[in-house]
Amino acid sequence: MAQHQVNYTQDGGLPVALTTIDKVVNWGRSNSLWALTYGLACCGIEMMASGASRYDFDRFGTIFRASPRQADVLIIAGTLTKKHAEFIKRLYDQMTEPRWVISMGSCANTGGMFNTYATVQGADRIVPVDLYLPGCAPRPETLQYGVMLLQKKIRSEKAIKAQKPKRLL
Amino acid sequence: MRRYVPKDDVQKKAYYTDRYWVAPQVPKAKVSSDSVFAEDLKAIEAKFKVLDAYIQVEQMVVYIQPEDNFGVLELMKKELEYTQLSEMSAVDFLSQRGEFDIFYQMLSMSKRKRIRVKCAIKKDEAIESVEKLFRSADWSEREMYDMFGIKVNNHPFFKRILMPDDWEGHPLLKTYPLHGDEFAAWYEVDKIFGKEARDIIGPEIRDDAAVDRYDTKRFARLGHEVPFGAEIPEGEPAVKTEYQEDDGVFLIERFEKESSTVITDRDR
Repeated sequence: MAQHQVNYTQDGGLPVALTTIDKVVNWGRSNSLWALTYGLACCGIEMMASGASRYDFDRFGTIFRASPRQADVLIIAGTLTKKHAEFIKRLYDQMTEPRWVISMGSCANTGGMFNTYATVQGADRIVPVDLYLPGCAPRPETLQYGVMLLQKKIRSEKAIKAQKPKRLL
Repeated sequence: MRRYVPKDDVQKKAYYTDRYWVAPQVPKAKVSSDSVFAEDLKAIEAKFKVLDAYIQVEQMVVYIQPEDNFGVLELMKKELEYTQLSEMSAVDFLSQRGEFDIFYQMLSMSKRKRIRVKCAIKKDEAIESVEKLFRSADWSEREMYDMFGIKVNNHPFFKRILMPDDWEGHPLLKTYPLHGDEFAAWYEVDKIFGKEARDIIGPEIRDDAAVDRYDTKRFARLGHEVPFGAEIPEGEPAVKTEYQEDDGVFLIERFEKESSTVITDRDR
């Protein structure tokens, strides 16, 4: 405990840190990326593994939420079928801004091996995607690295700006 | 929908054929070779017209008339102890014979025997539902309609089961293209954004071998990231991929690779 005590005699005697609004807001946003529970296929298993104890997303502040109203990031983990496309659009629209989308795995990126009539050939035909993760399925480390890259992207943005609606149309 | 092309002469286009290859035929045996099946067939023949019957891979195959399907299955369930309908669906023989084959795979747990009841119907004919006999036929008949467009009479809840309700076409027909017709290709765009969005979103990229390493709108190579949509004719610059910014992150301690220990001996 002792080493964490604040030394009031140092640095002019006051525990003060100076920073900017941008940094504080982005620090908060990037370290509490609540993700929508959205496992569509086998990538969902890897996503669950990333959230569980071995890889432990909680230490990044990424907690899976069952409601789009509470979620900041949509991890599309799995095959997006054409029947399901309207639901993912509706859930994306229900998320509050700012919001980000990670397309996880080959199927969500391009349709992957399902080059058929029933599969959406890339989730970016429906919702705007910030980050594409390669792999079939990507390992939890890939998703972890993707979340860290997304954190870096959020920190590089201006926190308060005229929110340009991120929509395809 | 594309035109029917018979698939019988596919072998003619093969660039290599084995001179000694013989198409495998599943051997058929006479029904009289199995006493249980012979008695079952006799019971069916007493009431219904049987077009053909034989034994293949220890299972009896019985061809009946399509209007008898409910009667035959009722007889088999109530009198012949074939109490389970393990599977049913159809096979598309439209280009060869102009008809569908519908099959009912029956199982008797007491006799330890399986019988496949088959009947052929023309394209626009409907078949009677067997859902009242076997609950498993409920979803199977809906799937048969969904995939082949075969209508089923007196079904309690007759609609598509796998494809969306507003889907056009029946995907398991031999004429249905694998990549979908125009309706399928634009289904999600039309439904979500409207037909006028087709020009903005663009057609689907169906060439799964298409790799454009200078396309910066869809993918960036790891370690060579450039901004979205940047023009790079060739030789994109290498980028150090570290997740933390160079000047550090607010309140987060930077991980220094140099001052850390890498364990190479796994058996330490």
